[in-house]
Amino acid sequence: MSDTFTLDGKVYQSRLLVGTGKYRDMAETQQAVAASGAEIVTVAVRRSNIGQNPDEPNILEVLPPDKYTILPNTAFCYTADEAVRTCRLAREMLDGHDLVKLEVLGDKKTLFPDVLETLKAAEILVKDGFKVMVYTSDDPLVAKQLEEIGCVAVMPLAAPIGSGLGIRNPYNIRMIIENAQVPIIVDAGVGTASDAAIAMELGCDGVLMNTAIAEAKNPVLMASAMKKGIEAGREAYLAGRMPKRLYASASSPIDGTFF
Amino acid sequence: MQIMMNGEAMEVDDNFSINQLVEKLELMNKRIAIELNCEIVPRSQFHAVRLKAGDCVEVVQAIGGG
Repeated sequence: MSDTFTLDGKVYQSRLLVGTGKYRDMAETQQAVAASGAEIVTVAVRRSNIGQNPDEPNILEVLPPDKYTILPNTAFCYTADEAVRTCRLAREMLDGHDLVKLEVLGDKKTLFPDVLETLKAAEILVKDGFKVMVYTSDDPLVAKQLEEIGCVAVMPLAAPIGSGLGIRNPYNIRMIIENAQVPIIVDAGVGTASDAAIAMELGCDGVLMNTAIAEAKNPVLMASAMKKGIEAGREAYLAGRMPKRLYASASSPIDGTFF
Repeated sequence: MQIMMNGEAMEVDDNFSINQLVEKLELMNKRIAIELNCEIVPRSQFHAVRLKAGDCVEVVQAIGGG
């Protein structure tokens, strides 16, 4: 069954987007990303290590931009200004590639987004020509505002970043999806394959995750499980689930019984 | 003269270009981006832009992140 996902005019086969942090080493990162089937991978932008480990492979050598869509993030930015600066550096680093993951955090303990700063940064970035995929809270009104600003995808959290708690508020995610004209991607909070499937059954266009794969005992195997969870959830969504009933409904016909 | 390079003091020759700085840091042909006093310096300008004492330079690259 052909069921592709279009983001910023580009067609993707995979609805799983993965982060590249917290892995043991570059080899594990590469293997896990390959097993996940993801075509879009996030990276962070940080000061270059000057003089230390000059031969250490760069993440963009392990995950080359001609093979993967690189999605630079603004992790650890707490103001719109920091996020905008980070995005501009990322665009320069990637030769004008202007797709970014905007996240402006509000609090170190929860890593919940600072929605006001996020809205501010999104406006500046969209005006500056960026294609913004935006991490936000699961507030349907804010999600709509971010879409109206011109973000190419809205990415509500399922639960706090790295918490693995799963979809805490499926009803809000449903509302966000129902009201959206842009792709909705659950970003953050997924813990295991069933969480990914639930997100997709709700009708999300995709799921972005990092810790759930990287912190699994076997990250490569979990990457493969997530790929299947995403695919299963998507197919179940498209198939349309049966209604829930309080009482039983027999599966075998009553006609023709001989007792 | 002294500049601030990724938050640390660094001695460079007067009139040092960004390109010379990149060579000194052994980052030629690496996927990096450079900010000079909070403004992006496009790669095409690396030869032309000269540093002044007290300039703040940030050199960044991609690393693993979620």
